[in-house]
Amino acid sequence: MQDIKIKIDNFNFYYDGVKALKNVYMDIRKNQVSGIIGPSGCGKSTFLRSLNRMNDVILGSKAEGKILIDGKNIYEPDVDVVDIRRRVGMVFQKSNPFPKSIFDNVAYGLKINGIKDRGYIAQKVEKSLKDAALWNEVKDRLNQNAFELSGGQQQRLCIARALAVEPEILLMDEPASALDPTATLKIEELIQELKKKYTIVIVTHNMQQAARISDFTAFFMLGELIEYGETSKMFTKPSKKITEDYITGRFG
Amino acid sequence: MMLKKYKEKIIHGVFFFNGLLVVIVLLGIFALLVFTSIPAFKEISLRQFLFSASWNPTSYVKSSYGIVSMLVSTLMVTLGALLISIPLGIGTAAYLSDVASPRVREIAKPIIEILAGIPSVVIGFLGIVLVGPLIAKIFGLHNGLNAVNGSVLLAVMALPTIVSLSEDALKSVPKSYSQASLALGATHWQTLIRVKIPAAISGIIVASMLGMGRAIGETMTVLMATGCAPAMPRNFLDSVRTMTSTIAIELGEVPYNTAHYYALFGIGLVLFIITFIVNMSSDIILHKYERKAK
Amino acid sequence: MTGKRLREILGFSLLKISIGIVGLILIIILYDIVSKGAGKISWEFLSSMPKKGMTEGGILPAIVGTVLVTIITAILAVPLGMGCAIYLNEYARDSKITRLIRMSIRNLSGVPSIVYGLFGVVLFVQSMHLGTSILSAGLTLGLMTLPWTITASEEALKSVPDSYREGALALGATKWQAIKTNVLPYAIPGMLTGTILGLARAAGETAPILFTGAAFYLPFLPRSLFSQFMALPYHLYIMSTQHHAITKVRPIAYGTAFVLIALVFTMNLFAIILRYRLRKRKME
Repeated sequence: MQDIKIKIDNFNFYYDGVKALKNVYMDIRKNQVSGIIGPSGCGKSTFLRSLNRMNDVILGSKAEGKILIDGKNIYEPDVDVVDIRRRVGMVFQKSNPFPKSIFDNVAYGLKINGIKDRGYIAQKVEKSLKDAALWNEVKDRLNQNAFELSGGQQQRLCIARALAVEPEILLMDEPASALDPTATLKIEELIQELKKKYTIVIVTHNMQQAARISDFTAFFMLGELIEYGETSKMFTKPSKKITEDYITGRFG
Repeated sequence: MMLKKYKEKIIHGVFFFNGLLVVIVLLGIFALLVFTSIPAFKEISLRQFLFSASWNPTSYVKSSYGIVSMLVSTLMVTLGALLISIPLGIGTAAYLSDVASPRVREIAKPIIEILAGIPSVVIGFLGIVLVGPLIAKIFGLHNGLNAVNGSVLLAVMALPTIVSLSEDALKSVPKSYSQASLALGATHWQTLIRVKIPAAISGIIVASMLGMGRAIGETMTVLMATGCAPAMPRNFLDSVRTMTSTIAIELGEVPYNTAHYYALFGIGLVLFIITFIVNMSSDIILHKYERKAK
Repeated sequence: MTGKRLREILGFSLLKISIGIVGLILIIILYDIVSKGAGKISWEFLSSMPKKGMTEGGILPAIVGTVLVTIITAILAVPLGMGCAIYLNEYARDSKITRLIRMSIRNLSGVPSIVYGLFGVVLFVQSMHLGTSILSAGLTLGLMTLPWTITASEEALKSVPDSYREGALALGATKWQAIKTNVLPYAIPGMLTGTILGLARAAGETAPILFTGAAFYLPFLPRSLFSQFMALPYHLYIMSTQHHAITKVRPIAYGTAFVLIALVFTMNLFAIILRYRLRKRKME
């Protein structure tokens, strides 16, 4: 039995009094890719953003229940949210590089954590860009503005930026939805590489993608976790009919 | 049918002319200043006007028309005002955009608006009765009518402009930047300083420039609170006389159509050109920023 | 407590101090004027003429003068401001001329008030032979207020949904008919709000009226629009800088400042309440 990195224990989430996530129980395994699928508005993104408490910035939101990372509940009052966010990295649906140079984008996370050694920063930037499979394409133009990269490159830059702060977990919210097939393939290959070092949770509306890259899949609907299990099993012999209906495209 | 169309065309023309009117007024002001100051340079050398520090048009011995002291005075109070109002203004704007709860913002915005609505003559009045004695006491002077006083008052006048434009600039920074920063484990403060303010810098610069333009063009506050001694000021505790004050003081006493009279319009022309340059520069900066953002 | 957190607390404290200072400045200003000026206010002060070289008596002529000059300002700035805004928002296309017009508006709002005074002296007082009068001063202030009324009117026009315009046009209305019946009625309230704010600003201005008509001691009401006049801001200026008995008349100066601020605030308040009422009506 693989290690459980994140344990979601009876988690509920409210936006302004409206329940968006209901009684979610889930065990996310270390160094595996867990895919979250479901129709629009089922709470996938809300769930993802609960794992690094990015939902906290939304006014009127409330969380109930526990989410334990390495056994410690991140919703306990004495927890340092800022530190959680460093340990749990996030890549957003639409790539959002800062209006800075490529180098400064990746170095940002290091600088805000007080790292000042220029040599060390340069080393880490190079390593992160290599891990994100972007180094070769940008190594000669690190000072260029990040916006001059293509969409796919920007997304890999955002991944590099997230990796630079050495997170343990990587959350990805539909990371390839805005990209063309070639760029998407690159990202998917990258995810397979990254899972060796990181625990990855990825939200996707593309079921074929989920089937391709995730080891475990969770199917959400209307804020509830309907079914969760090994991907191969979910896609060939799901235990709930509604899961089967969604996967075979009868709705969604 | 033809009548209707004809009528529409006339109406369109009327409104078009109405719109053109502002251009005419602007050109008119410029032209008037130029034409009314040109006669001055029949008697005064342009060189003296622009480079001499001695402004003494009514001297019996030798009248001089140099505007350098005035320029320096204007520069001093403007700089002083910016030193106070830019940090204060950006800080307030950042507070309103990033820290304040919506309820606090409801109270704070009217405060800024009310401050903006206070007439300059009232600010100048307070410079005389409130700020002046305070400055005199702190620095041990005879009276507190000097460049420091002027700077403080002009800062108060420039603040609302700087605050509201900077706040607009900060508000229009895409939320995705803040989200990305927070997700990397940055605090809100770090996000503000390292991401938001740099992203909004063009807007903030424009806000400061427009605040500066206001300070340069202010008349009553400096007229009442800076002492108005026409000599070149030595330091900030000296009395200063800006270009605007000079015009305000002397236009009332100068006989029409004399060299002195024309020279005052020359000062007005210099003022017009300076504020024009400030405005055009901020337009250019804003334009460059808009293009980059796309 | 991590270093990051500590720096955040310090940083945000600095920001709170900033707004605190700004708030404090406003409070000091208002407190000083109100505490020392309110005492002087009486019906007599507001309704009688100045006496004895302005060391006694009231400021009625100044109040009347300010009101009259502001009316002239409005007569010039409001229709022309609205007209220009209508052109920019309803008729103009993005062209060099339109950009030129907008650039001119921005520049006009940045022209120093004393320069408007210079312009007024030559154009209205001398060339048009209006002399130093309420008319000259009002027209000068009107030009100065134009950029404000234009901007305020344009914002009001922008907030009228395009569907209103299209709806009228689709029924066969001409462009002007559409504007007149379907845009202006909804925009005029907003235009008025912004205009009143601009006029409040004009009422407090001194530099443009210094040499175009304001006078210090006229113990009678202005006889016509062609006469000189007393004005509150000018009155305050002279009382605090050039009067021969400055300390003696200080209370009168404070009283004048109070009345001036009260006038400006009332106009602003009126405009804000109007804006609030309109927003409410819009949501219904």
